[in-house]
Amino acid sequence: MAVIRDMMPAFELFQPTSVDEALDVLERHDNTWVLAGGLDSMDWFKDRIKRPDVVVELGSVSELAGIRASGDGLEIGAMTSLRDVVASDDVRSRFGLLADAAAQVATPQIRNQGTLGGNLIQDTRCWYYRGGWPCYRAGGNICYAGTPRSMNREHAVTGQSRCVAVNGADTAGALVALGAQMMVRNAGGERVYEAEDFFVGPEIDIERMTVLEPGDLLTHVRIPGDWAGARFYWEKVRDRKSWDWALASVAAAIVESNGTIERARIAINGVAPTPVRLTDVEDLVQGMPANDDTGMAAGELATRGFKPLRHNDYKVPLARNLVRRAVRGDMA
Amino acid sequence: MSDAEITTETPTGHSRRTFIKGVIATGAVVSSSSHLFRARSLSASAAVRASMPRMISLNVNGVSRSVDVMPQETLAMTLRYKLGLTGTKLGCDRAECGACTVLIDGVSHYACSLLTNAVRDRSVTSVEGLEGADGTLHPVQQAVIDEGGFQCAFCAPGFIMSMVALTNENPEPTREEAAEALSGNLCRCGDYDKILNSAMRAAEYARRMV
Repeated sequence: MAVIRDMMPAFELFQPTSVDEALDVLERHDNTWVLAGGLDSMDWFKDRIKRPDVVVELGSVSELAGIRASGDGLEIGAMTSLRDVVASDDVRSRFGLLADAAAQVATPQIRNQGTLGGNLIQDTRCWYYRGGWPCYRAGGNICYAGTPRSMNREHAVTGQSRCVAVNGADTAGALVALGAQMMVRNAGGERVYEAEDFFVGPEIDIERMTVLEPGDLLTHVRIPGDWAGARFYWEKVRDRKSWDWALASVAAAIVESNGTIERARIAINGVAPTPVRLTDVEDLVQGMPANDDTGMAAGELATRGFKPLRHNDYKVPLARNLVRRAVRGDMA
Repeated sequence: MSDAEITTETPTGHSRRTFIKGVIATGAVVSSSSHLFRARSLSASAAVRASMPRMISLNVNGVSRSVDVMPQETLAMTLRYKLGLTGTKLGCDRAECGACTVLIDGVSHYACSLLTNAVRDRSVTSVEGLEGADGTLHPVQQAVIDEGGFQCAFCAPGFIMSMVALTNENPEPTREEAAEALSGNLCRCGDYDKILNSAMRAAEYARRMV
């Protein structure tokens, strides 16, 4: 898509000051778009690929921003900037996994204006799709990235279902590993999703990345105290040290006692259309010593059945080694 | 916001200029009318209306300025083409290159990817706002000059704003920390070494001033 440097197409702009007002606007209009930090949205608007009639900008909804205690855990507003997540003493001291992941999102400016909610629900970066090609995800009937001659080095090695795009949200894997819950509201009320159920693969709905439907707002992320202070491991592999999405990332929360793994929760991302929670690996490593042998077995199990495309088979050993290092407990 | 403030600018004179402005305003009315009619019929007492005061007041470089802004207008567009503050550059216009970096309430943002309407109540600092009232350069600007920090310097305003954010937040950065702080800005001349020299000198100058 050629870069267009004039004004975006016109839309109506609403700037509500409460969630109720925002939901009211979303309820009353068709073809709406919820705008948080704008870093994903503006690309779509400028390229004229997504053309909403009504944009609801949430920057003035103060109840959506901020980090507060909730039970023995934390509740983080969806409009909290990634900068504030990284800087939060509560997040860093108890759920450092999320701070580590958020700190490696893109660039300082993007972390300053980008939000936790926006990072979680960002659309995939498959460039065929982002370039405006009429693929399955865009409502068409072909996948341009999955053919033998496609450029698919960054695409999925597992979980493909017609679409082979990957989830690019760094904070998603961390929140799956922390057992977080996503609070979603619409005019009809509130729903709560486990983090791993919040993300939707193409086998369920090929045009969405999450459970969110028009009229829905992700309002808060709730992190339970279950994994507070566990041994965390975050590693993101990318082509450049700045800006890039993950080629693959691992997020792990592991509770050990005397070198034995009592319980673990592990997710990888950048390898499938959704973050992938490795429940088999979690079961395998329970009661095992946190060493390289366990890590090797965990890595093999994690990547069993992976189906790389023509240009991304490197992601299989990459994911295997990331899981291996997370389980044996390298210094990240 | 009271209803009285929700106005669309309408032309009153008959000069060519006001005619053109009238056409622009009419365009906005046409595009918004479908929503207005529908909103009224469905919910007469809607708490929220589309933010349609075209004339907004924007705090830029410590001065409150009145400016005619479209709903879909980015801050970079407003600064450059409405307020004449062309120091803020548009490189990629896609939140990738950092040439449009400005400070919002002291924190660096990409002005190309912010709606002007979203920063109405905030304080915007562009590169033009750095020098003192008496023309004294900001320590970061002085450091860039002393180090000869840039080659073509198209990216310089963005880098300078990131350096200002760095010196405010971390008075004694290591070179690695400076590189991380500037990692949201690109220089196509590849002058990063001299830019980092400038950042380190800027931090030194800023410390001396405190």
